[in-house]
Amino acid sequence: MKKPQRPEIDVDYVSKLANLPLSDKEKALFKKQLKDVLTYIAKLNEINTNKVEPIAHIADLVNITRGDETSPSLSQDDALKNTSKTYNGFFEVDAIFEEQ
Amino acid sequence: MKNILDLTIRETSDLLFSKQIKAQELTQAFLERAHGVNKKLNSFITICGGTALKQAKKVDELIANGQKLNSLAGIPVGIKDVFSTKDIKTTAGSKVLENYIPVYDATSVNHLFNANACIVGKTNLDAWAHGSSGENSDFGPTKNPYDLSRVPGGSSSGSAVSVASGSCLAAMGTDTGGSIRLPASFCNVVGIKPTFGRVSRYGVIAMASSLDCIGHFTKTVYDNALVLDVTIGEDGFDSTCIAQKQDVYSSDIEKGVKNLKIGIPKEYFENLDQRIKRLILEAVKKLEKLGAQVEDISLPNTEYGVATYYIIQPSEVSSNLARYDGIRFGKTREKFGSEAKRRIILGTYTLSSGYYDAYYLKAMKVRRLIRNDFVKAFKKVDVIICPVSPTTPFKLGEKTSDPLQMYLADIFTVTANLAGVPSLALPCGFMNYLPCGMQIIGPDFSEKLLYQVGHAYEQETKWYRVKPKI
Repeated sequence: MKKPQRPEIDVDYVSKLANLPLSDKEKALFKKQLKDVLTYIAKLNEINTNKVEPIAHIADLVNITRGDETSPSLSQDDALKNTSKTYNGFFEVDAIFEEQ
Repeated sequence: MKNILDLTIRETSDLLFSKQIKAQELTQAFLERAHGVNKKLNSFITICGGTALKQAKKVDELIANGQKLNSLAGIPVGIKDVFSTKDIKTTAGSKVLENYIPVYDATSVNHLFNANACIVGKTNLDAWAHGSSGENSDFGPTKNPYDLSRVPGGSSSGSAVSVASGSCLAAMGTDTGGSIRLPASFCNVVGIKPTFGRVSRYGVIAMASSLDCIGHFTKTVYDNALVLDVTIGEDGFDSTCIAQKQDVYSSDIEKGVKNLKIGIPKEYFENLDQRIKRLILEAVKKLEKLGAQVEDISLPNTEYGVATYYIIQPSEVSSNLARYDGIRFGKTREKFGSEAKRRIILGTYTLSSGYYDAYYLKAMKVRRLIRNDFVKAFKKVDVIICPVSPTTPFKLGEKTSDPLQMYLADIFTVTANLAGVPSLALPCGFMNYLPCGMQIIGPDFSEKLLYQVGHAYEQETKWYRVKPKI
């Protein structure tokens, strides 16, 4: 477990992980603002939680399942209603692998 | 006759069923009011006159035919713009979804339609429900009707304001860290954050899935119970929704507080603004006179609430907002506003490889300690009374440049979300003409008790009669 000694976010790296384009101005601002937030949340290190079980679900529900049966759902037309690009009744997306 | 805009749901419902007023006239009056004040308050993103009047016409026909209807039939209702509404634009307060038109209704909206409530509009909010002031909306901030230079509280800002300003009689909201209770407190209305899992979240745009609760605003405690009677119920679409322990919340509301044990948690009153402290302790004294017993208690991990919350919540936000990629609906990710971007970055960081244990896992452990504080307290007392906010409504712009200060506005509200317990926020007076609220927190599934306590207090004070001058 890594304990961040100097809380600071590598905003360039994290914005790539999050697929979130940011301007240079935003990057600089968030870096500063989130440093304050991280310094504040480091407060939790004051508490010894070695013997504490983390909460997985607040109401302690486990294994909520339903029968694997088909039932009426959105029509294809409805599902496509809010997209800007379709092709033959499907969502159209940009190619992930481009040809060299 | 009193102005129909000033009545409660209970009073309005009596007029409708005794045929003294038609649902269509009522809806028309509320729509005019909503349009009239929206320029000043900006509490609605969309006002849906057509839908509301169509529903009102149906209600008039049902009443004319002598049908027995729910108390919400014909009642004008506002819906926070994170609830999916079929064929009605649903933006989440963000430019990313500015043209999004859902093809289905959220379960709670469906329940309201089935009860024949009339949806007058979609209310403004901090984009994606991220905020404590209403100022993060991409469609402009909502104003506090008691002082237009001040915030109404967030994130369900428009819902609280639309009820407070008489534009509707109830409004739906969501509460992840205080987003119902804070605006209720700042706008002199009643707001409930039910137990986690009490109301289905299906069709509501997710913020932080281990914390999100569906609740609502009304003028009075009884009205609030009437709405919860309608919105509960499992639908098979939200695996966290709990079917058991349902009540009829509006029945026995006059049970009173004799021998009820009220806990006063010392951590919420240390360093509290003396004027807020005085108002809340006066309220507690009123309940004591009605027969309740008061006891000092301790919730020792309170001070870790905001730190815990600001790890868990952004982590879950970053995951929930990952679905907005502009492919199936909505616009692309650069359209996110600053606060959403900030939370995505923070949450992606705290969940990233090597940091998960130090942040998210640690926070989920502290969350256990915070819940244990409440579980232990409720072995001694029936309910806990504490402030909603450390301040009265602050000035627009006062905290927008300092996110940490804004996050600290949630200091008294995040704990109930972390613990999963229900909390009722209700008005307890005014300071310099600005509203102040208190919370009544109870054990899991104690909403009925919270309403009984809130109703007993409200009968003594009736703060809802103090209307804003807009």
